Amino acid sequence: MASPESAVNGPTMTAGAASKSLRNAFGGVIAFIILVLIGVLAFSIRLFSVIKYESVIHEFDPYFNYRVTQFLSKNGIYDFWNWFDDRTWYPLGRVIGGTVYPGLTLTAGTIWKVVNSLNIPLSVETVCVFTAPIFSAFASWAAYLLTKEVKGPGAGLTAAALLAMVPSYISRSVAGSYDNEAVAIFALVFTFYLYIKTLNTGSLFYATLNALAYFYMVCSWGGYTFIINLIPMHVLLCIVTGRYSSRLYIAYAPLVVLGTLLASLVPVVGFNAVLTSEHFASFLVFIIIHVVALAYYIKGILSPKMFKVAVTLVVSVGLAVCCAVIAILIAVVASSPTKGWSGRSLTLLDPTYASKYIPIIASVSEHQPPTWPSYFMDINVLAFLVPAGIIACFMPLTDSSSFVILYIVTSVYFSGVMVRLMLVLAPAACILSGIALSEAFNVLTRSIKFQLPGIAGNPSIAVRMWRIMSTSKENGSSTVVAPNDIPKTEEAAKEKPAKKNRKKEKENVEKKPTPSKTEKRLLVLPLEASVIAVLLLVLLGAFYVVHCVWAAAEAYSAPSIVLTSHSNDGGLHVFDDFREAYSWLSHNTDVDDKVASWWDYGYQTTAMANRTVLVDNNTWNNTHIATVGTAMSSPEKQAWEIFHSLDVKYVLVVFGGVVGYPSDDINKFLWMVRIGGGVFPHIKEPDYLRDGQYRIDAQATPTMLNCLMYKLSYFRFVETDGKGFDRVRRTEIGKKHFKLTHFEEVFTTHHWMVRIYKLKPQRNRIRGKTKKSKSSRSVSSKRDVRGKRNPWH
Amino acid sequence: MGLGLGVMRTIEFLLLIIAILSAPVLSDLILSKVERRIDLTSQIARIASTIKAENDGSSSVSEILLSIPEVQAKNLAYLTAKLVEGKGKAKTSGVALAVEPANPKGMPPALSFYTMILPKPLANGDSVTLDVLAAFTHSLRPFPEKITQADIQLVVFQDTAHYLSPYPVKVQSLTLKLPDARIESYTKLENTKGLGSEIKYGPYENLPPFSYSPVAIHFEANQAFAVARELVREIEISHWGNVQVTEHYDIVHGGAMSKGEFSRLDYQSKPQIRGASAFKHLVAKLPPRAHSIYYRDAIGNISTSHVRGDSKKTEILIEPRYPLFGGWKTAFTIGYGLPLQDFVFESEGKRFLNFSFGSPMHDLVTDSITLKVVLPEGSKYLSVSTPFVVQQEEEVYYQFNALAMLMEPFMLITGIFFLFVTCIIYVHVDLSISKSSASYLAKLQWDDVRATVQQIQNTVNQCLSTHEKLEASLRDLSRTGDVQACKAARKATDGLLKELSKELKPLISFLQSSPPAAHILPKVEELVAKERELQERLMAKHSTIVDSYEKKLGGRETENRVASVQQKIVALRQDIEDLMEYIDEI
Repeated sequence: MASPESAVNGPTMTAGAASKSLRNAFGGVIAFIILVLIGVLAFSIRLFSVIKYESVIHEFDPYFNYRVTQFLSKNGIYDFWNWFDDRTWYPLGRVIGGTVYPGLTLTAGTIWKVVNSLNIPLSVETVCVFTAPIFSAFASWAAYLLTKEVKGPGAGLTAAALLAMVPSYISRSVAGSYDNEAVAIFALVFTFYLYIKTLNTGSLFYATLNALAYFYMVCSWGGYTFIINLIPMHVLLCIVTGRYSSRLYIAYAPLVVLGTLLASLVPVVGFNAVLTSEHFASFLVFIIIHVVALAYYIKGILSPKMFKVAVTLVVSVGLAVCCAVIAILIAVVASSPTKGWSGRSLTLLDPTYASKYIPIIASVSEHQPPTWPSYFMDINVLAFLVPAGIIACFMPLTDSSSFVILYIVTSVYFSGVMVRLMLVLAPAACILSGIALSEAFNVLTRSIKFQLPGIAGNPSIAVRMWRIMSTSKENGSSTVVAPNDIPKTEEAAKEKPAKKNRKKEKENVEKKPTPSKTEKRLLVLPLEASVIAVLLLVLLGAFYVVHCVWAAAEAYSAPSIVLTSHSNDGGLHVFDDFREAYSWLSHNTDVDDKVASWWDYGYQTTAMANRTVLVDNNTWNNTHIATVGTAMSSPEKQAWEIFHSLDVKYVLVVFGGVVGYPSDDINKFLWMVRIGGGVFPHIKEPDYLRDGQYRIDAQATPTMLNCLMYKLSYFRFVETDGKGFDRVRRTEIGKKHFKLTHFEEVFTTHHWMVRIYKLKPQRNRIRGKTKKSKSSRSVSSKRDVRGKRNPWH
Repeated sequence: MGLGLGVMRTIEFLLLIIAILSAPVLSDLILSKVERRIDLTSQIARIASTIKAENDGSSSVSEILLSIPEVQAKNLAYLTAKLVEGKGKAKTSGVALAVEPANPKGMPPALSFYTMILPKPLANGDSVTLDVLAAFTHSLRPFPEKITQADIQLVVFQDTAHYLSPYPVKVQSLTLKLPDARIESYTKLENTKGLGSEIKYGPYENLPPFSYSPVAIHFEANQAFAVARELVREIEISHWGNVQVTEHYDIVHGGAMSKGEFSRLDYQSKPQIRGASAFKHLVAKLPPRAHSIYYRDAIGNISTSHVRGDSKKTEILIEPRYPLFGGWKTAFTIGYGLPLQDFVFESEGKRFLNFSFGSPMHDLVTDSITLKVVLPEGSKYLSVSTPFVVQQEEEVYYQFNALAMLMEPFMLITGIFFLFVTCIIYVHVDLSISKSSASYLAKLQWDDVRATVQQIQNTVNQCLSTHEKLEASLRDLSRTGDVQACKAARKATDGLLKELSKELKPLISFLQSSPPAAHILPKVEELVAKERELQERLMAKHSTIVDSYEKKLGGRETENRVASVQQKIVALRQDIEDLMEYIDEI
């Protein structure tokens, strides 16, 4: 009967009242501190690359962004918009201002300007290196806001903490990884937050902010099409499920109007914002939402009967009009060869599209579909938590939680198509896992709190505890009320208190669904189970943290222009060949010399060596890339002619055969053949394959052994070890001793990873026979010798 | 060959001019003995001359002239003269003499002159011995000018076998020290001896003023021909204890130009033969206690460097990204921090920085150097003394108030302080434009409503804790069986609860009267109603239990009697709690 626990002494009146408001105030402060710490965590976990390597720009694309930022900070914004870059895509050039997403560059440029105006002399490079970590802190905070809107602050904090260190995002935002994605993920999550916020509040203020955030996203990344397709999908979903409200209208209509207007201000998007198919869904939904709004309005002013009549009328007319419009639309879209979709978008819709039609998209490793292990590598335990999060989102299903579900479902699909889009999945996975973890902890800790004797926070808990204890008839501790049972039960309790309690509590939960059948009652779990579950969840979280730190430190912090290896004695060996070559090019060749290389190295060559290149990583002109591919796959003489016609002076190849660097040009060579062959049909892939196999040993085809790439890579390679053993392909090369007739080696880096050749000048045309030329040459050499021997008589 | 001839022609031309313009002897000074030793083991030609001068005339002489052909003078990097005191083995070089460019009249135009000012005039018949040290850069010319990777580098050095002086020279000799390698050829005059890597000309006796006898030595020189085309040094002083030095180098290999291929294979397999003319590294000697050393270029850190340090110096070995062959260039930056107290001193209220002017690199020829000294903000009365031809140190004097170094932290603190102040002001100031606008009034009303709801919640909480007291009294009852105490407790709580419900009434009526509370009102009313119901049930339970105690009923029976009430109470409590949470969220 009356609760006998001596520990349950209700707190005093004042304490009970005051503690609640205090708890709220402290909760706010603690949440703020946690958020700050999450920001610090997000920033500092990305500094491994600086600590382990150096403060340097990573990989390929970041070098281009860095170069653009340098230009911006030097010449100002107007010159930037009008920048015609003549150091790339020779002889075509590239209009940088009109073909680049300027968000990242402008962001870093602004930071640099602000910092320098405060007399803090940071270099552009430093700002660029640290832009990504700063924005990942922002992204975690945005994730907090978004999740808070969906499921409350607890889930928000968890999601923010998860996002701060999710490996998938780290891989794109370590210090030095100065790429569009670094700021775009923040913009993406923040746009979604503002959308949800508008949806929850129905405030035009947030709707306007939402359009501005969308504008920033459009500035930053081509992935903005994801937003402009996902939000309409969600709106449509809400309409279909009968969740239309004025808030939905306010959240959507201003976004489409303002967003599209703003998006078309970005030069690289321009009229694409209304012309390409990626944006059609938003307009279609825009029309639908207006129709629905009108229908609701009419429904409000008409009597039900009149309304029915009106509906039939409108539907019949509307259907006819719709059919006509859709037919026109389809006709327009179908008249364009790609159906109005860009190649990358089509790859998303049809995963086999790229490999069929556009080798240049398929050739990029980050455009390949991911493998299963890469999911585990990139989102780790989140992969298991996401389903739980989805379930949590269904109870109860709100507008905002349905959006999160839609987000995760679409992003899972996209990440399955392209490795690169794993990045879009990561925030969604973090948000849902955050929800899952937070809900789980909520349930488990509440269960523990209710059942744990000795902790009596406030009266209500005491009451619940009392209830649970009292409902069990043979409760060993209800001594006073049942004096007869005292000896027996007490002994029993002494003997195996824990076990018994557990059993009883289980019985309680199973047998007697508590009198007041609220939802919370059902979620009370047995004490031990809850404790173990909490421990397991903590363990899971710890595993996640360990994995993330490992991924940040080991897997994703390498800048890829500097390679290191550990020697047997534990020493660190640095392979700095790329920069060695670029530095050589920049100091020892003429400023206007043209350097030919495969497009991968275009950005780095322009940024680090400051030399003009034929093709670079912005693969906008397939023909030009195919020309370089053709030259690389042609025999020396033809290649020389192609290069000479393009004013090339130096040819740069990357060769890993000496040290075993696998991503070298020989391994990429088939793509050169494919892309070249796609435009110039005399290059045929089968000519380079022996029985469908790509090989460079003695079995290789003569075409392969005589092409320029082979020769430039393996020139005098055999003399290194006498056999010509290629450590990447793990085989002896096919053709060992040969001479170059049209190229000469001018530089090879320390580990042979980069080799630079110069095109020999055209030989003087000598009239008459070759004999004569020989004799004249020997005469000249004689004179040389004489001259050398003694200039001072 | 062609170029060699060109030089020869210049020299001949020079001789012609000298012959024509042989001016009368300046004073009656004669050089009784001149010994010259030229060190050509590095790319810098160091000429050390020991000159013994005698005043043979009547008047005393206070200056001695040095003459250098202009072709050489433009490469002159360093010139000092010292008085030698004592004789024989006890010679010690003493006072340094001031050396100044001079432009005496009636001298041949193709010569540059410097005067050494003697500390005391040389009287008739007296003699003085001087040590003159001169260093010339770019005086070793590669010949041939272009070589391949496999060739050795040969250079030509030209000078005169006879000491070129405006004074007659009695006895003189010249010794050339060459690197320990092949000597291709050298001009043979009378009294020429080649001994291993040394070539000796002389002694020659009794030569008139401006005697000139060109010699050319052609020899192998594979040492580093590192030339800094441009060097920018920045010295930044922070009175927090650091002198930060940053040096930007623009280096070129100044030897014979490399032509043709560069084969890494050849270079790696036989670096001594197939890369003899290249240099791989440079050595910089930094001051002791140098710290935070870095070595990088425009595209990032360069990992090939080694630092060795002891108490006298810090030596840093720098390898450029690639070996430098003739004509190859590279650029890099090194930086290091030094302790402030080693370089900045204080005297008479002024502080001065004493720092070496040139590059700390070994065997590096610097063509152009820019030195920037960055003093802390608030420095005043700057003055610079750079007698750097004579001594390689420069001094910068300035005044600096120690308080000024607190300026920046203070600025930061003020900035942050004002940020917080603005935040505080922003939070506390009512920024609404119109005090009578509908939304503003609504906000005010809403604030009132919230305050009221808070009060109601507090009161309900108080009620709940009063209930708790009641329950506690029941527990006491079950323990002690003291019915009277229990009844007293009941009375006390009754009174309390009544007061509380009185308190609640005006609050509720306020809520009812204010329109913004419309949506919250039903919940609040429900809360109050539930609380009242709970009170009643609790009272009922209390009286039942007390009653049963008075009737001495058994525990089980009592429990049965109370059970239904108890269930209700639990349910009500749950409801109240839910309602409170709900209201909280609003």
